[in-house]
Amino acid sequence: MTTSEKSTTSVWRERIMLIVGPFLQRMILPVGAIFMALLVGAFFILAIGKNPVTAYAALLKGAFGDIYSIGETLENTTPLILTGLAVAFAFRAKLFNIGAEGQFLMGGLAATWVGTNLTLPMVIHLPLTLLAGVIVGGLWGGFAGFLKAVRGVHEVISTIMLNFIAMFFISYMVTGPMKEESALNIPQTARIADTAQLMNILPPSRLSAGIIIALLVAGFIWWLLWKTTVGYEVRAVGLNYFAAEFGGIKPNYNMFLAMMISGGLAGLGGAIIISGLFLRYQHGFEPGYGFTAIAVSLVGANNPPGVVLAALLFATLSQGALGMQNMADVPQDIVYVIQALVIFFVAAPQIVQALPDWIAKRREAAQAEAEGAQLEGGQA
Amino acid sequence: MNKKTPVIEMRDMTKVFPGVIANDHINLAVYEGEVLGLLGENGAGKSVLMSVLYGLYPPTEGEIFVRGKQVDITEPKVAIEHGIGMVHQHFMLVPPFTVAENIILGSEPRTGAGTLDIAKAAEDIKALSEKYNLEVDPYAKIEDISVGMAQRVEILKTMYRGAQVLILDEPTAVLTPQEIKGLFKIMRNLTESGVPVIFISHKLKELMEICDRVTVIRRGKMIGTIGIEDASPQVLASMMVGRDVVLEVDKEAGHPKEVTLDVKNIHAVDQNGLPVLNGVSFQVRAGEIVGIAGVAGNGQSELIEVITGLHKAKSGAVQLMGETITNHSAKQIIHGGIATIPEDRHHRGLILDFSIADNGVLGSHDQPPFARWIRRNFDAIKDYADEFIQEFDVRTPNQEALVRNLSGGNQQKVIIAREIGREPNLLIAAQPTRGVDVGAIEFIHKRIIEQRDAGKAVLVISNELDEVMGLSDRILVMFHGEIVGEIPGEEATEDELGLYMAGAKRNTPPSQGGETK
Amino acid sequence: MKNRFKTWTLLAVMLMVSLMGNACGGGDAADTGGGDFKAAIVTDTAGLGDQSFNDSANRGLEKAKADLGIETQVYETSQPSDYEPSLSRAPSQGSDITFAIGFLMTDAVTNVSSQNADAKYAIIDSVVEADNVASLVFKEEEGSFLVGVVAGLMTKSNKVAFLGGMEVPLIKKFEAGFKAGVMTVNPDAEVIATYAGDFNDPGKGKEVALSQYAAGADVIYHASGGTGLGLFQAAQEKGAGFWAIGVDSDQYELAPENTLTSMMKRVDTAVFETIKATKEGNFKSGITVFGLKEDGVGLSPTTNKNTPQDVIDKANALGDKIIAGEFTVPTTDEELESFTPPK
Repeated sequence: MTTSEKSTTSVWRERIMLIVGPFLQRMILPVGAIFMALLVGAFFILAIGKNPVTAYAALLKGAFGDIYSIGETLENTTPLILTGLAVAFAFRAKLFNIGAEGQFLMGGLAATWVGTNLTLPMVIHLPLTLLAGVIVGGLWGGFAGFLKAVRGVHEVISTIMLNFIAMFFISYMVTGPMKEESALNIPQTARIADTAQLMNILPPSRLSAGIIIALLVAGFIWWLLWKTTVGYEVRAVGLNYFAAEFGGIKPNYNMFLAMMISGGLAGLGGAIIISGLFLRYQHGFEPGYGFTAIAVSLVGANNPPGVVLAALLFATLSQGALGMQNMADVPQDIVYVIQALVIFFVAAPQIVQALPDWIAKRREAAQAEAEGAQLEGGQA
Repeated sequence: MNKKTPVIEMRDMTKVFPGVIANDHINLAVYEGEVLGLLGENGAGKSVLMSVLYGLYPPTEGEIFVRGKQVDITEPKVAIEHGIGMVHQHFMLVPPFTVAENIILGSEPRTGAGTLDIAKAAEDIKALSEKYNLEVDPYAKIEDISVGMAQRVEILKTMYRGAQVLILDEPTAVLTPQEIKGLFKIMRNLTESGVPVIFISHKLKELMEICDRVTVIRRGKMIGTIGIEDASPQVLASMMVGRDVVLEVDKEAGHPKEVTLDVKNIHAVDQNGLPVLNGVSFQVRAGEIVGIAGVAGNGQSELIEVITGLHKAKSGAVQLMGETITNHSAKQIIHGGIATIPEDRHHRGLILDFSIADNGVLGSHDQPPFARWIRRNFDAIKDYADEFIQEFDVRTPNQEALVRNLSGGNQQKVIIAREIGREPNLLIAAQPTRGVDVGAIEFIHKRIIEQRDAGKAVLVISNELDEVMGLSDRILVMFHGEIVGEIPGEEATEDELGLYMAGAKRNTPPSQGGETK
Repeated sequence: MKNRFKTWTLLAVMLMVSLMGNACGGGDAADTGGGDFKAAIVTDTAGLGDQSFNDSANRGLEKAKADLGIETQVYETSQPSDYEPSLSRAPSQGSDITFAIGFLMTDAVTNVSSQNADAKYAIIDSVVEADNVASLVFKEEEGSFLVGVVAGLMTKSNKVAFLGGMEVPLIKKFEAGFKAGVMTVNPDAEVIATYAGDFNDPGKGKEVALSQYAAGADVIYHASGGTGLGLFQAAQEKGAGFWAIGVDSDQYELAPENTLTSMMKRVDTAVFETIKATKEGNFKSGITVFGLKEDGVGLSPTTNKNTPQDVIDKANALGDKIIAGEFTVPTTDEELESFTPPK
């Protein structure tokens, strides 16, 4: 009786491990990296004369302390998911999209234009606003892909250049043709129409329905990457250009496609942040989500579920930073240090992987020493 | 066989890389006056062992003795000081420099005034060259000399630096049969004048011909050292692989039928605009195997790429079953009925970080039953993979395994399974057994012949003459981007093929001028 | 081996000691707050240490802490989406008046002020119409007019220059006032106006300044935030006779040999005065303008180091006329065109 019960539980445990095991294995590196980053970060906090425990408690409270904080953290997660997916998707085709920022900003500008200039019922206006972001972001990224495919222009160079073009173009638009006419004379566009705004889903926080869209899109990108021929071809090109070409896949077309999808994702991020949070475009609006996205993609191992979790991590850190400076009086620069450390430890996995070995070795050495001491004692 | 002290001895040599034991307690000794063969499959640890000896890697464990004295070889410089000379598979020569300039590079003689004394160097080199019968002209430029001569320059370079033992790493791979004979003569000269040679190879016939003793390693482990009088290709093969293998290709005569592939006067240039194919014409019929022999780099690679749509032809035509497919896309050509085993499985053949199943459908991944619209049908993909894993005896835990983790032979089987699985009209097999262990070679050859017997046209391209001769019903020889010889398979001899391969003989009409678009 | 173990133990002990020490310190800090009134500022993403706007606001806060004995807190932000959470969290942390530093927070203040009707807010450089928001704006054109007078009188080449950060309405106010000042005292002088396109690029600022000097200008006034740091480097490089005029804070220290004056924008005054009024129960919503009259703008105290007294006197005399309402300083290109200099 008991033995059979035991065997069924162990069978179940095995089955669960079969499903969860690979996931856990993949989590070891990022979780280890976060742990080590927090550990090293604690020494930095000590160095400036603060208490790391209080600081981290404040960080957690600042990010998840109440409904408001949770909503804000998730709202910050939304654009990071989309820009992170953008970088990750391009990376699957072995393209390094440094231009997610530019695509994000252009997507946001396009959404603002549609949101402010058209009068439509919400069922059309809202989707159109978001779609404008996808399309313009997609074209912005696709252009870099086009240059790569047709002329062999390296995407790192072209996307960086396109970032600058986007920033200056937007600067011109916001202070010029798209500037709001008002007494205040602030360099910003008008507010987008109510019909173009994403609904708030967690008052009193500013969390918009954008998070739902971002999660659905993450699911879609996962499906696209792993379950369709589109993803198969993009990944094949990324892993081995020549073998893909040999197998009848058009590498250049796929690189263009990957950059276009990547740009579309970043552009959607920009559209959602306008439609769900800022409601207008302000001069100097450069929140840097497109750059953080590179770290998000790296920590998330270029895989949609990982990207979602990494986006949440980075949003937690930046939201928690506010709490940390308010409640524990620790400057939020410490959080940049921690973010940098996370990236460092993920990028240098040997350090994290070496940790268990190192501990084991220390233990062995300590044991050997103890034995040696015993021996000495015996002789004496 | 020799009771004297060995010139070089490695004792209990162990080299561990993270996660891999490349060499596991290997003992090796080479005595004056002998050629020692070092035999093992690709990845068995031959190169690592020699790299340790040459100071490129520090050993994990073990000792090296030079003439009985223990030495600590930390870098190649130390190895050279101890009289160890090594000629790598890939030559390390500066093409625009002369032979003499290359040889003295790193140990330049000075005149009294401190300037470079090239005349003295040339004299020394000439003397050395005559001593070992190397026939090297010190004033020739490297870029103008043949591969065989370049290799002799490398050997001379080690002699000039005072080598007392010479290591040759797979030296015959780049040579014609005549050049191989010449090399063997040189090796004999060297050993007779007191410089023993360590000859690394996996070609059994060559080892049998030149070596006095052969040390065999398998998967990093020492299997044993055998005197050549006790050895035979069979014995060596089973030592290397660990079981008995059939070495001879066993086939009946083919029954050629209608023309399947018709290549007409193809011209093509490389990315620098230099001609690589200068009017290639030939046919392959259903039910026959046509082999293309030639020294690597004479246009064979480009010919396959042109036929498979990966390289543009400048002029000429490729016809498959009467239909012109010149410069069609790779996808069209695959679907038109040409399957190809590419010459470099890591470059073109496989996506190493894809699973076996994903590699198995490359090229038909977007066709039913493997995909409907853009949705991939994993049931069909897995069933197909399971099927070919069984049929082709791919050694793997399951079809989810990454191809990267398979052995070379099993990787090659995945490619062959995929390509044969397309049920093509024409099968192109380029270097089908390169870097594959002996056991898998036998299997792959059998499969290729099966295709012919099933009425398919087969085109085999190989640098291994044995392979071309064993498989082909008809042999074509390529030289300088042209087909210079056509010989029926059963009449071909190594010597005769060698003459064609070196460009010394021709029995086909010179090609008509190209560029007729 | 043993030694290393000791090191680790020592480190661990130090860690624990410092934890406890800090815990006590934290407690102390809460007690030493003093009065029960608290004021907070929320910086823009440039944060403290910008040598300009945020630092100036913080000086006002520090002064209030010292003079009025209040508690203070600074919320630094790193991205635009941080504005609202910080502004909304400040009152819940006990802040009686919370300052939003910069017009970029206009929307954020609009939102949080309606959500937290009991809390009081103030915004610098913008206007938010709400009963619990004080809008603090400056007459930058008036201060710029005065430095324009100094520039117009000090130039020997009859060519002076304006270095703007970005061509936005706020900075145009500086430019218009400056040009009007130059025009008033030296109608023959030419003003070159160049925009760097960035508020935080000293390298670009230096490049622009050097090109302006090369074009013949000998006095340059900048309104370009961190970009303007490059102006002072350029002036120092060029040496004697090449002048720079600072902005927002007293920037004399950046190039003591080459700085004529700085256009002080007294964000600190605005912050301090608003805290003081609020503490005394005189919080005033709506627009409060800080001009010459209110001592919200003006020449820096170090002006006399490199500028002769008669020039300062002339500037002050014109300043008095502005305070007296005898003429109005232009704020835009259009107003500048119709501006007639006073006699």
